Amino acid sequence: MNLDFSFLSADVLSNFVLKGLIFSFQLTLVAMLGGIILGTALALMRLSGKPWLAVPAAAYVNTMRSIPLVMVILWFFLLMPLLLGRPLGAEVSAMVTFTLFEAAYYSEIMRAGIQSVPKGQVSAGQAVGMTYPQTMQYIVLPQAFRNMLPVLLTQTIILFQDTSLVYAIGAYDLLKGFEIAGKNFNRPVETYLVAAGVYFVICFSLSMLVRRLQKKIAIIR
Amino acid sequence: MATWDWQVFCKETTTGDAVSGCFGRGGDVTYLDWMLSAWGWTLGVALLAMGVALLVGSLMGILRTVPDKRLVFIGEVWTELFRNIPLLVQIFLWYHVLPSLFKPLQGVPSFLLVVVALGFFTSARISEQVKAGIQSLPGGQRYAGLAMGLTLPQTYRYVLLPMAFRTVIPPLTSEAMNIVKNSSVAFAVSIAELTMFAMQAGEETSRTMEMYLAVTALYFVSAFAINRLALFLETRVRVPGILGAK
Repeated sequence: MNLDFSFLSADVLSNFVLKGLIFSFQLTLVAMLGGIILGTALALMRLSGKPWLAVPAAAYVNTMRSIPLVMVILWFFLLMPLLLGRPLGAEVSAMVTFTLFEAAYYSEIMRAGIQSVPKGQVSAGQAVGMTYPQTMQYIVLPQAFRNMLPVLLTQTIILFQDTSLVYAIGAYDLLKGFEIAGKNFNRPVETYLVAAGVYFVICFSLSMLVRRLQKKIAIIR
Repeated sequence: MATWDWQVFCKETTTGDAVSGCFGRGGDVTYLDWMLSAWGWTLGVALLAMGVALLVGSLMGILRTVPDKRLVFIGEVWTELFRNIPLLVQIFLWYHVLPSLFKPLQGVPSFLLVVVALGFFTSARISEQVKAGIQSLPGGQRYAGLAMGLTLPQTYRYVLLPMAFRTVIPPLTSEAMNIVKNSSVAFAVSIAELTMFAMQAGEETSRTMEMYLAVTALYFVSAFAINRLALFLETRVRVPGILGAK
């Protein structure tokens, strides 16, 4: 069979693919920011030493981490309309799902990052009269973020790849854009190849950036 | 969602009649039968893919640590290629694209294509772990092996790999659990595994909640079983005196 990519003009790309690409980026960004905020909260709960905070947080994180993402996507798509009492679009549902799902993974990274800060730092903070939130905000978290930034970004690259799984509920993402273009022009083989190429270029260049950043910001002790 | 109806699992899938004992007889298939067979597909895909991933991933990981720069390059390219394309896209490539480019692949059952796709995808991650495991060994071990007159393959076989593989068991365990979860992506090419079952049976019976709950529970059980199995393996192969041996 002969490959023919000529139908993929700028017009086709902007009509079918661009919308999906923008959604994939949006979803990644929302889930990253929301996931990091929620994940930090979960990590702080787990490290608080208070069982009524730590146990629910641990249960949440472990549950999310043992269910396949596709099932989580399906679950939320089923449950959220029941809870809200009205139907929810696949796109909005995906954003909520990914934020809540990624929070579990980010929180594990946060926890490791926070635990990598030497204990003496906390004691030093308390010794100069800081409260617990102050010690966290000004001493521990800035160092922890720096330690875990490369891992956080790598997780975000995985998150970007995982956004393709919104296929399960039919949201219009990058992959879907290519798929529809392929169906319209009866060229599915070419469009899947190009889709793979686009994902590869984005993820590979991001992971190169992360690697360079990693060398730059490593804390020298 | 007010009431539960767990009896739905005892229904026959085509007629919708309740079957006593919940297991269909004589060609009848209940939803329970269907779900258990779907569980079998999930585990089948996952275990076979894990085999592929372990073989290919170890090979690529080893290649990335040898002195020959060309072999290192091959290992690097393999790892970056399979790590930076989403699993779903890779499954589509194996299922839709490759068979139309290479005719002989058209006769291969889609189950095997998914196994290869999932296996190669995971091999990139395993290659990272194996490489890290080998590099975590003191450099002197390699030189000691070579100085004793072992060839490079012998040094790997008798000196480096026995230690390296033991250190990478914990990360490989989490990869094994990931592979069970990732096998759910096979729903996209209509493999009759658990996620596919949940979607289809949920639609047929309108008892989506029950189906999802049961499937989620089976995923839990599978992941937990692998976790225990790996823990058992880890204690069995522990090197006395190091690596957290008691």
